[in-house]
Amino acid sequence: MSTTTLSVPRRLGRAKGGEDSPKAMAFMAALWFCLFVAVLFLVVLIAVTVIEGLPRWDGALLGNYPGPDPLEAGARPAILGSMWVIATTATMAIPLGVAAAIHLEEFADPTNRFNRFVELNVQNLAAVPAIVYGLLTLSAVALLGLTNKNMVIVGAMSLALLILPVIIISTREALRAVPIEIRHGSLALGASPLQTVIRQTLPAAVPGIATGSILALSRALGEAAPLLLLGGLVFLRFDPNGLLSGYTTLPIQIFNWSSRPQAGFHTLAAAASMVLLALLMAMNSLAIYIRNRFQQRW
Amino acid sequence: MTRTYTSRARELVDTPSPVISCTDVNIYYGKFRAVSDVTLEFGDREITALIGPSGCGKSTVLRSLNRMNDLIPGARVEGVIDYHGQNIYDRGVDAIEVRRRIGMVFQKPNPFPKSIFDNIAYGPRVSGMQVDNMEELVEKSLRDAALWDEVKDKLKQSAFGLSGGQQQRLCIARTIAVQPEVILMDEPCSALDPIATMKIEDLMQQLREQYAIIIVTHNMQQAARVADRTAFFTAMASEETGDRTGQLVEYDTTEVIFERPADQRTEDYISGRFG
Repeated sequence: MSTTTLSVPRRLGRAKGGEDSPKAMAFMAALWFCLFVAVLFLVVLIAVTVIEGLPRWDGALLGNYPGPDPLEAGARPAILGSMWVIATTATMAIPLGVAAAIHLEEFADPTNRFNRFVELNVQNLAAVPAIVYGLLTLSAVALLGLTNKNMVIVGAMSLALLILPVIIISTREALRAVPIEIRHGSLALGASPLQTVIRQTLPAAVPGIATGSILALSRALGEAAPLLLLGGLVFLRFDPNGLLSGYTTLPIQIFNWSSRPQAGFHTLAAAASMVLLALLMAMNSLAIYIRNRFQQRW
Repeated sequence: MTRTYTSRARELVDTPSPVISCTDVNIYYGKFRAVSDVTLEFGDREITALIGPSGCGKSTVLRSLNRMNDLIPGARVEGVIDYHGQNIYDRGVDAIEVRRRIGMVFQKPNPFPKSIFDNIAYGPRVSGMQVDNMEELVEKSLRDAALWDEVKDKLKQSAFGLSGGQQQRLCIARTIAVQPEVILMDEPCSALDPIATMKIEDLMQQLREQYAIIIVTHNMQQAARVADRTAFFTAMASEETGDRTGQLVEYDTTEVIFERPADQRTEDYISGRFG
């Protein structure tokens, strides 16, 4: 036993550098200020959009085709185009991303150099600017010799490439959150590693995978850059009706309208932005709902 | 010193009729030798306890018996672990087959995030067992694990709603459902309260009629209460490398180990002088 005695103060007082010291208060104030600025920008942005777009927030916006008259024009093909492109993107990116994540997380040897190289690159790819994926898809299309780039499947391909790393990363995190004991329990009953993944690990990770995938898709929904590069900026007077169909999407339509000189089109662009915001909020709410409702607490 | 041992249905014979025999088993994690030269036989329809201080390799030995050690990168077993005349580490032997015959219950109850019914039915389903009536098999497994009466009205509910002790008995029921011959238990009661522990110990006595049970425990009283035979392990510093390697010190009937151990280290450990 040590014989050192600690000098114990009689009364509990203020500790130096405690919660209400000037330094701590200044730090708290700085944190609150940062938060305030961030939220302020968001609120102002949404408010300005809503105020500007409200006059054209009507049925014609959703039901009409674009046209020369800003009071009559609508975003119907763009809304349908966005849905087509996002659905196709999801169909391509989610199975591929989930499969890649399962391989990396459950089967690949983490000490293998090649696997570590792949992992590092997945992390890096998640930070690559969207336009680069557009360029990549563009060159792929050129190699295939396609002259018409404005097809749903081509746009979806670039967006699928864009969100693939995000889906891989979030799926891996969801798989990692499943306790190792569940895998061991399954294996100890004589299940094969593949059965363990399909019947235990993957189902337990589905809420996390769904949340991550929806958030990735909502990023793709708001993306314009790669699609602009792939000829998405077109004037359409028909509904997209297949994978090879021509299309435009909401962000591109907004870009198009806001670059027109007439003020009426700016109002239209703001109204279309409201539609895009509403779609994004719906998707993000769904992601939050899934997370809260189904996530397993171990 | 008087100790009461559990009343045994059978008189123990001197040498068990072995279900698993280890001969010169060395277990390595990479270059590190975790366990050296273990030779012992686990009796059929007996409870064998593996005891010893932390780091003595008893869990490592247990996990090598159904090849759960395979899951740890770099783990390697040398020597022979014989099960019905076959070395379970032979090239032609599939770890999955081994684990279907030699089941395992873990330290922390680990029910699957599924219903109670599906927890039990999982093993038979994945192993492709021919089951005529799954309801019957589930009921029998739960009865054998002394859990049926507590859960018969909520088979469709999540297993996570059960108490820790019930969850552990569910894990035992789940193991029984695939009809193994041997059940390995890795400190099955260390996460449970005394009453739940007692229930598991009673259950082990019943299961002993049909299965060989091998249990790792930190609790010496538990070993004394439940085990027919006890193996005492300890960690010894190797002369060559200085690494601490687990060794089997003494293996005998529980009565001998606790009443008149042959080795001084066993004596010291069971009387609480170290460990």
